[in-house]
Amino acid sequence: MSPETGRDSASDGKAYWAANVRIIKISLIIWALVSFGFGILLRPLISGIQVGGSDLGFWFAQQGSILVFLAIIFFYAWKMNKLDREFGVEEE
Amino acid sequence: MDQFTINLLFVGASFAIYIGIAIWARAGSTSEFYAAGRGVHPVTNGMATAADWMSAASFLSMAGLIAFVGYDNSAYLMGWTGGYVLLALLLAPYLRKFGKFTVSEFIGDRFYSPTARLVAVICLIICSVTYVIGQMTGVGVAFGRFLEVDNTTGLLIGAVIVFAYAVFGGMKGVTYTQVAQYIVLILAYTIPAIFISLQLTGNPIPGLGLFGTDLASGEPLLQKLDQIVTELGFNQYTAHDGDTLNLVLFTLSLMIGTAGLPHVIMRFFTVPRVADARWSAGWALVFIALLYLTAPAVGAMARLNITQQFWPNGTDAQAVSLEQIETDPAYDWMATWQQTGMLGWEDLNGDGLIQYYNDASPDMQERAAAEGWEGNELNNFNRDILVLANPEIANLPSWVIGLIAAGGLAAALSTAAGLLLAISSAVSHDLMKGQLTPNISEKGELLSARIAMAVAIAVATWLGLNPPGFAAQTVALAFGLAASSIFPVLMMGIFTKVNNKGAVAGMLAGLLLTLLYIFLHKGWFFIPGTNSFTDAEPLLFGIKSTSFGAVGALVNFAVAFAVSKTTTPIPARIEDLVESVRIPRGAGAAAADH
Repeated sequence: MSPETGRDSASDGKAYWAANVRIIKISLIIWALVSFGFGILLRPLISGIQVGGSDLGFWFAQQGSILVFLAIIFFYAWKMNKLDREFGVEEE
Repeated sequence: MDQFTINLLFVGASFAIYIGIAIWARAGSTSEFYAAGRGVHPVTNGMATAADWMSAASFLSMAGLIAFVGYDNSAYLMGWTGGYVLLALLLAPYLRKFGKFTVSEFIGDRFYSPTARLVAVICLIICSVTYVIGQMTGVGVAFGRFLEVDNTTGLLIGAVIVFAYAVFGGMKGVTYTQVAQYIVLILAYTIPAIFISLQLTGNPIPGLGLFGTDLASGEPLLQKLDQIVTELGFNQYTAHDGDTLNLVLFTLSLMIGTAGLPHVIMRFFTVPRVADARWSAGWALVFIALLYLTAPAVGAMARLNITQQFWPNGTDAQAVSLEQIETDPAYDWMATWQQTGMLGWEDLNGDGLIQYYNDASPDMQERAAAEGWEGNELNNFNRDILVLANPEIANLPSWVIGLIAAGGLAAALSTAAGLLLAISSAVSHDLMKGQLTPNISEKGELLSARIAMAVAIAVATWLGLNPPGFAAQTVALAFGLAASSIFPVLMMGIFTKVNNKGAVAGMLAGLLLTLLYIFLHKGWFFIPGTNSFTDAEPLLFGIKSTSFGAVGALVNFAVAFAVSKTTTPIPARIEDLVESVRIPRGAGAAAADH
């Protein structure tokens, strides 16, 4: 039993893991969208948007994707450390 | 003070710092040797990871690769940073929770199979050895230029330095040396870039300057660059010229490979808690991004500077004259680099001018015929020199050049040390303690780790003297192997219930197929002339050998699932292990009972 929530620990563990997998999936969709999407495959679609001498796809390939990767990792760390506490599985 | 003395001062001072740290942080126990006693702060670890990660290839070669290819080599930028997302979300926290010393140890325990551990050790050693070749060539290049010795002597000096601090300090010494090396390398990389960005665009942030305005022409920088390179018959800088399939697969291979590189993964064993492992991956990428956001600007600006130097009056006027190259101080860098054999030009048509253009382009052949040119006269330009020569090309003060020398060496040495550490812990902890001599004492294990490190340095030095390609290309092969063998099996170990037989079959299938594909294209064991195919005309669906890692990874996953489905499911104790790895609570205990 987890002291904070009083729920059963086995089903709690499952719910914790399911929540984690859901966050990972959303994060990885964004990860793929900015790099393989905007940076490569979707570049022709957004090439109308000019960014300083080139187009938005070029910016994503050389700058934007890296900035989004950073945001994803920090978001994940913050979200998971919060989730750990909600489920009472954080480190002592 | 002449340039040589300044270089010597900068390099000497940085080496004195590294050796000082190595003496202060000598490893006394195996926990210190393998995991720095698990007491490293997440930000410190992030910085050490960044130095560990950013190699001679990142520092020396990447800007050059981008400069001479343009958009299509964005794969390196996205691939080498995107892997950290996979690492942070899919591997680092769970492997830290598992709380052992090596990547192969996790594989061995999770798949309850000494065979799985052995296969993992072999994959790990092949990856790390391939990777270390690129570092050693980088060390040779940097020493060769700045200490005015030939490449071979430079390489040998580098090997002795790495030996000194990696053998004694282990992970603890390496971690704190890497923090110092990170500071040296990031200053060395960004300071000249800021100067150049200010000169060209007036913007002090290179990543913004790249999308800014070229002050000389008043046009956007990238537009100007596109214009002058196409006028000389080269591909448009910002355009996509290669095939999309290879670009996607190559980027993916670099990402998966990054997340599967043992010397990077093992850095996350050094932080105290699971939560720290998550933060630390973010900090690592912050420190990495400082260089990676700058690199494309360095590449584009250097390409613009160099091209304009060869065509000082514009691309449709007369090219630079031999006389100007010999007398104008702005061209001094060319003579310096010519001595190293990495830059060469020849006045083919004897007109006293050096025409630099793409002689394979039909338009340019027409112009060449009209103007009496007999081919591109800048006939040797090793891309690896671009970052090192950049401050000289832009006429920056000589202390900046000294700083670059120290930075290039810091990048190569810090990565080499991390790799050698991965190799030596694989040999001493996984092979010696895990398989051959399980009852070895801690002292004996430490000694065997140090001997393994020394042997690894000798092998790496030999391979560095006989390298298979540009530093970055050599490294790209290591990524293919890490992607096809290590990453999939680690991920399946955490996120699925794949069994022992599945893991071994998957790893072998991924590794052997990728290795076969690379050898078929690059020559067996990289011996020139033994290849049956080339990357210009690859064997399967136009997939180049450097992009094959992602395919190898898919094969690994597929084979592992298929074999696992048809064989005995994992026992209950392994189910428990998987459950415990997924939950942070208890990480301290797992570390302590080792």
